[in-house]
Amino acid sequence: MRNHDLTKFKENVLWALTNQTLRKNLNRAITHTLSKRIEVVSELTNWEELREKAHNIRKHTIENLAYYLENFEKKATENGIKILWAKDAAEARSYVIDIARRINAKLCVKSKSMVTEEIGLREFLEEKGIETVETDLGEFIVQLANEMPSHITAPAMHKSRDEIGKLFAEKLGVDFTNEPENLTKIARRFLREKFLNADLGISGANFLVAETGSIVIVENEGNAGLSTTLPKVHIVIAGIEKVIPRLVDLTIFFKILGRSATAQRFTSYVSIINAPRNKKPDSPEEIYVILVDNGRTNLLRSEKLKQALYCIKCGACMLACPIYQRVGGHAYGSIYPGPIGSVLTPVQFAFDEALILPFASSLCGKCHEICPVKIEIHHLLLWLRHKAVEQDFSPWIEKLIFKLWLIGMKNHKLYEFGAKILRYIRKIGIKPELKNWSKWRTFPEIAPKSFREIWRRQESK
Amino acid sequence: MKVALFIPCYIDQFYPEVGVATVKILKKFGIKFDYPLEQTCCGQPAFNTGYWKEAKSLAIKFVKIFSNFDYIVSPSGSCTSMIKIFYPELLNEDELKNIAQKTFELTEFLVKIMKIDSTGAEFDHKVTYHDSCHALRELGIKEEPRILLRNVKKLKLIEMENSEDCCGFGGTFSIKFPEISIDMAKYKLNYALNSGAEFITSTDQSCLMHIDGYARKNKINIKTIHIAQILANF
Ligand code: SF4
Repeated sequence: MRNHDLTKFKENVLWALTNQTLRKNLNRAITHTLSKRIEVVSELTNWEELREKAHNIRKHTIENLAYYLENFEKKATENGIKILWAKDAAEARSYVIDIARRINAKLCVKSKSMVTEEIGLREFLEEKGIETVETDLGEFIVQLANEMPSHITAPAMHKSRDEIGKLFAEKLGVDFTNEPENLTKIARRFLREKFLNADLGISGANFLVAETGSIVIVENEGNAGLSTTLPKVHIVIAGIEKVIPRLVDLTIFFKILGRSATAQRFTSYVSIINAPRNKKPDSPEEIYVILVDNGRTNLLRSEKLKQALYCIKCGACMLACPIYQRVGGHAYGSIYPGPIGSVLTPVQFAFDEALILPFASSLCGKCHEICPVKIEIHHLLLWLRHKAVEQDFSPWIEKLIFKLWLIGMKNHKLYEFGAKILRYIRKIGIKPELKNWSKWRTFPEIAPKSFREIWRRQESK
Repeated sequence: MKVALFIPCYIDQFYPEVGVATVKILKKFGIKFDYPLEQTCCGQPAFNTGYWKEAKSLAIKFVKIFSNFDYIVSPSGSCTSMIKIFYPELLNEDELKNIAQKTFELTEFLVKIMKIDSTGAEFDHKVTYHDSCHALRELGIKEEPRILLRNVKKLKLIEMENSEDCCGFGGTFSIKFPEISIDMAKYKLNYALNSGAEFITSTDQSCLMHIDGYARKNKINIKTIHIAQILANF
């Protein structure tokens, strides 16, 4: 994991909440996508059924992950693809650099992939002297701006067209424009040359099909297609959870993925890669798939949390989350922001530093409601809070309060006695208040008589 | 039919009128019920903050008090979801004693179990309904409160935009992340104000406490009222 600071979440929140430009950009992008999503989802009368099916396929796969991974490895190897297993980021990176050095790569084109973000691949390759260019427009923008992606499928969502125009003018020396078409043209012109000269193409994978050993990439710009076919060597970097059992399963995932990620009926391009060059001119001579664990087995070990591995990284939960809507992806300081990120980050990467994230949720359940594979994200957050308390994460004062509270609540006489004291304190004019509440909200008054007192009096009549 | 009334602790202490209204409704329909005095809190504050050990001991206490009843009714979607959805996380089958299946939020109990769709109340105001997250998404309660509200004489139910958006309360979330929490309240209040309603109502007093607290602090002119108080206005 790179350039982030998980401990700064609270600070970041304040910064984001007061940053009007950011909020405007977020608001625009999110409202637009969500309202379009409602439209394209409601066209399907069987959306709930599709979710259920997708959930079941993912569940079945994760329950039998080793089996399907072995099948995938076997089939892909038969097809001439080389499979490498990486337990962590360092190992994944070292595979890539070994390959790059062997083929003497100078220029690498890279299509969008969250796992490469996880392992900090671009920075690593650049450090090793291999120019590495993001070819997805959003990633390209983020790379130019030297930032992290703020959303997993829309990496530059936090930026306005004006900001992008200025960035291009400054970094690429072109005239300012804020026309999306012109901006795309500029990027395309710049990238075209890179595609043609690259020796190495790196991509992620949306799905790995166990039955056929296929790599499936879903995209909108065609850049993944170019990144994976033009250079003579193609490296796929994929999390071990990306596998699905059969090719036909794709019919379901294609229907739900585009709609969830970008509110499109279907994405524009799908690449299904089965084998390296079969004497065709435009395909790579070698294909490698690096299967990355990088903390995923931590999730797998927990009966409860392994659900998080069903995730197909569509990003819908982020858009739906009222917290993300306000603070944006960068505030989280993690590779995966938003609700699912608050589950993945502590378990997959950095338990202690990230424990604040599961608490940054009102548990409204919108993330679960929108998730196309029906992950109970909000319940997983609750579970993590419980783990956090077990690990002694909580402040002493909170622990003390809950201890005292429990004593009172366990015995209704003590509870009533406590309430009496509160009433007395109130009566003599002292107003106990919670600062973090009453700074912004009027604190409710304790009633002159509790319900049970009223009840008792009526009953005794 | 043995019915028990569960009045959440904060309603007991801060909003007893919600309990009184609930009693009035149940009595009107001749529903015989008891209010066990040993009850305190369902354990939700602890549970939601991660203190599952503490929550569990209250869950056990709750089951002990209530397991002999056929139904447990509560004027709170949130506390009901604690019992129905989250007790099963804490307790095993034996300990649960069917408590989850027997517990109902008030409006759901009236409409689904008692087949009552009007309480005969009258309330001459424009009202908008806030879907509390727990009632809506944990318990699937969407229509029941609306059916009852629509049948209140003179009441004009106006749907606000984004009635399903979270108000930002979220228990200790509202204390741990007050800035985000109040921003959510602000949005919620704006939707309600734009609808032209005079009152925001809900199945959950906790959401209303947060919304009302923000409205009062900022002198925003809209009132909150628990749905039981509207329904008991006969
Ligand atoms: S958790 Fe669900 S909604 Fe969120 S990114 Fe994953 S699949 Fe999409």
